[in-house]
Amino acid sequence: MAIFGKKYFKVELDRPERKDDETLWMKCKACGELVFKKRVRENNNICPKCGEYFFLTAPERIELLVDPGSFEDISRPIIAADPLQFTDEDGSAYPEKIKKAQEETGLANEIIIGQARIGGYPVILAVMDFRFIGGSMGSVMGEQICQAIRHAVKERAAFVLISATGGARMQEGILSLMQMAKTASARKMLAEAKLPFISIMTYPTTAGVEASIASLGDITLAEKGALIGFTGRRVIKQTIRQDLPEDFQTDRFAFEHGMVDNLVKREQLRDELIRVLSLFAPLLTQSPAVAIEAHKKEAIV
Amino acid sequence: MIYEELQRQIEQLRILSRNGLDLSEEIAQLEAKLAALKRQTVAPAPSPSPATELDDWERVKLARHPKRPYTLDYIKSLTEDFYELHGDRLYGDDAAIVTGLARFEGQTVVIVGTQKGRDATENVKRNFGMPHPEGYRKALRVMKLGERFGFPVITLIDTPGAYPGVGAEERNIGGALAQNIYELFHLKVPVIATIIGEGGSGGAIALAVGDRVLMLENAIYSVITPEGCAAILFRDATKAPEAARALRLTAPHLLRLGVIDEVIPEPPGGAHLEPEMTLGTLKEALQRHLCELLALPVELLLRQRREKFQKMGVYEEIPESSLS
Repeated sequence: MAIFGKKYFKVELDRPERKDDETLWMKCKACGELVFKKRVRENNNICPKCGEYFFLTAPERIELLVDPGSFEDISRPIIAADPLQFTDEDGSAYPEKIKKAQEETGLANEIIIGQARIGGYPVILAVMDFRFIGGSMGSVMGEQICQAIRHAVKERAAFVLISATGGARMQEGILSLMQMAKTASARKMLAEAKLPFISIMTYPTTAGVEASIASLGDITLAEKGALIGFTGRRVIKQTIRQDLPEDFQTDRFAFEHGMVDNLVKREQLRDELIRVLSLFAPLLTQSPAVAIEAHKKEAIV
Repeated sequence: MIYEELQRQIEQLRILSRNGLDLSEEIAQLEAKLAALKRQTVAPAPSPSPATELDDWERVKLARHPKRPYTLDYIKSLTEDFYELHGDRLYGDDAAIVTGLARFEGQTVVIVGTQKGRDATENVKRNFGMPHPEGYRKALRVMKLGERFGFPVITLIDTPGAYPGVGAEERNIGGALAQNIYELFHLKVPVIATIIGEGGSGGAIALAVGDRVLMLENAIYSVITPEGCAAILFRDATKAPEAARALRLTAPHLLRLGVIDEVIPEPPGGAHLEPEMTLGTLKEALQRHLCELLALPVELLLRQRREKFQKMGVYEEIPESSLS
């Protein structure tokens, strides 16, 4: 899947990747109306009839946010291993699951990291793809996020994390839990380098990722329609045996309980990011000392 | 005791030698004695008996055994003058996490542990050892208090996980866990975490980012409960024993995966049968690790802590040629 003349990090597949089915129309899951697929795509994957958000793949998300032609994939060439030799009860081994996800998405992993510009500002993006085993965090995602942070420091770029994940990758057991610590330990490098970390939570941002790197942003934005929380609704319901509030773990819920700085509509996300990045502008690309000095002078003048 | 006496004597000789007296030989002698003594105490613990034949599901049951020693039992037996501290100063107090200052082998330390109840009444109070955000925030508050005074931190983990409830979500349990994990990487004092029973997912790791992570032989540590894993992946919660085996959640597995540093042996049949033995072994291990960690300069300590967790994870490098 080449866009802007650049390729995403992919692996060679035995079978050709699955093409989108060729139908021109789709039915909106919210309003039930038949809508023209092309119109939906042009509309940032939002239903043109009722405004319902359909999820974005990582490449679509990147396309939506970055300056055209500026994106370059900087993923480490790694893919998931099977340290536990994990087999689901249905007999499907973890490596098969990975392979299937790769075939279905055309991506090597559940996360794409890349270097880009947004409104001219240098950023390192880390974007999860929910289609790839629920965007769950295993050893690969942990390492790619650390790689992204290292690159942000090297390039003096802002770090922008876009979460779409159900949480930890159970098939990697304890090692997936350890990625919470691994990613959190890398986060400090950004603070030390005085580089901003903007965390964008989308549908869904839950469990192991929500309880680690996604909650450690300097600025935290929730996309309209996001689902944000630690424990899944179903588990909580089973535990407390009570009905849950209608708006439980919605974007609005997260905002009202002080978990995110702002709620942003998808079509405004790029502009919102540019606004935020501009406030950190002097710190991006220049060394912090130089930047702070320049900023002071500007303020005095 | 002898150890401290020797240290005191060396210190005195050093003070004396500042007045021009040459005591270097005497100091060297005493230091050699001290080193020998250190080696004795640092002698490696007996390696865990090859009781690994115990099935993983059996260990899950042992880890959850209602008679197993709990955090307060360890605090009582391992430390002196425990002074419990309460409240997160933001919302409330959470009895599922016990924290405070205590003396461990003469050294003031911060103790943090999740606490289960022995009976129904106590379990209501302790919420079955499942903390709310205020518990984690209290723990962080007290650990930072300890940091100001250079008190090392000892954490004891025995929780099914953070509490899955509405209030916990409303008060941002995920954010509280994330904050603890993050801050633990920057706590400028030694941190030793011990999984004593159940190490349940995010609620456990939020207290287990340590320079050393120890684990009792029959404790478990996992990203999800076997029941939860069975329900989600196997679509059948009764398949928990299979899930327990698949998750590799016991101490011997975790040692192999490089997630823990040392297994603390338990008597055959579990820690509850001879609690004194387990407590003694853990005490020795904590003492040994603490001694090593206290000798490290803070910068090195923090760097090693970070590097330890940076290394965790297993993935496959793929050759550039297979990229498209």
